[in-house]
Amino acid sequence: MAQKFTATLTAGLWKRIPPFRLVLGLCPSLAVTMSAENGMGMGLATAFVLILSNGAISSLRNIIPSKVRIASYIVIIATLVSIVEILMKAYFFPLSEQLGIYIPLIVVNCIVLGRAEGFASKNPPFISMVDGLSVGTGYAISLTLIGSVREILGAGSWFGMPVFGETFEPMAFLVSAPGAFVTIGTLLALQNLFSRWRGEKFIQG
Amino acid sequence: MDLFYLAISATFVNNILLAQYLGNCPFLGVSKKLETAMGMAAAIVFVTILASIFTWSVFTYVLQPYDLEFLKTLTFILIIASLVQLVEIILKKKSKALYNALGVYLALITTNCAVMGVALLIAKKEMAFFEMLIFSSCSAVGYGLALILFAGIRVRLQISAVPQSMQGTAIALVTAGIMALAFMGFQGMAS
Repeated sequence: MAQKFTATLTAGLWKRIPPFRLVLGLCPSLAVTMSAENGMGMGLATAFVLILSNGAISSLRNIIPSKVRIASYIVIIATLVSIVEILMKAYFFPLSEQLGIYIPLIVVNCIVLGRAEGFASKNPPFISMVDGLSVGTGYAISLTLIGSVREILGAGSWFGMPVFGETFEPMAFLVSAPGAFVTIGTLLALQNLFSRWRGEKFIQG
Repeated sequence: MDLFYLAISATFVNNILLAQYLGNCPFLGVSKKLETAMGMAAAIVFVTILASIFTWSVFTYVLQPYDLEFLKTLTFILIIASLVQLVEIILKKKSKALYNALGVYLALITTNCAVMGVALLIAKKEMAFFEMLIFSSCSAVGYGLALILFAGIRVRLQISAVPQSMQGTAIALVTAGIMALAFMGFQGMAS
């Protein structure tokens, strides 16, 4: 049990860290990572939904008939996302304005549904919530990383604080739409390179 | 004329895939072959237009009059999910040929954020009926266009020498970035 606990807890941080290892949930990773702050906000919102949805779905896994399970999962997830949406509007209004339609779009984020189907539907509630925590944290870290790269190089600041001196000419390309694709592609390649250097078997195909 | 600008803007300038980043998972998933890309593009156009009409009607005639806008996430995803199921069943029964062409992709569309994203954008901008129709069809066509173009490039990528670490998704993303750069060139046409 304890072994499974640690294995599940750490899996999301490297072995199946989204969106690099688990190429799921790309849309928000591309769309909201103009700055580190936005990336982190989105990551935490998704992590919150992921933990609770995994817990709820796993508690109900013996009650939900398998034929309508996807629809039931979607209803649970959509309810949680609505809660997040309303909470963010109440307490983090500027952030929720910036993230815009991508908050309601957590519903169709394949990570949440993927973990529900792949993990929570087969495991007891506590370990499922641990899985949600680990994958959610991994996702938040990745989004913050992507956001940091784009913000530091593209705008010369990190979490809004200037990093370089006056003479730095920011690469505005990175904060615009194409930069998102190139940043994630490059980070993915670096991750592959690192995995190969460590001699790991699993390489992203 | 405004509608014309809206059409250009939705198809090229604010291309839903390359400028708004919606629907990227199937974009990378089904773009390995030209045929599958075309099937997916057709299915997306079909479902997006249908889903937009339904979600728009529910939003304007049910949610707005009763101040239930906070339920839109839940309502939209339910409408889209059941609509996709319904379309699948109807196609299976009525048009075998179309079902064979689109069938596999229909199931995937439920979790495609492009469909939901278009519905949410329409609700956010509070569009009128014709605007909604133009916006949804042009967005979907823009998505299909980008998908098919990208599949064409990706077929070429398979026979070119790519560094080992860049193979697969990594090079696909960088290619998509360059394509997005090309689409940015349309920016002068409309806003």
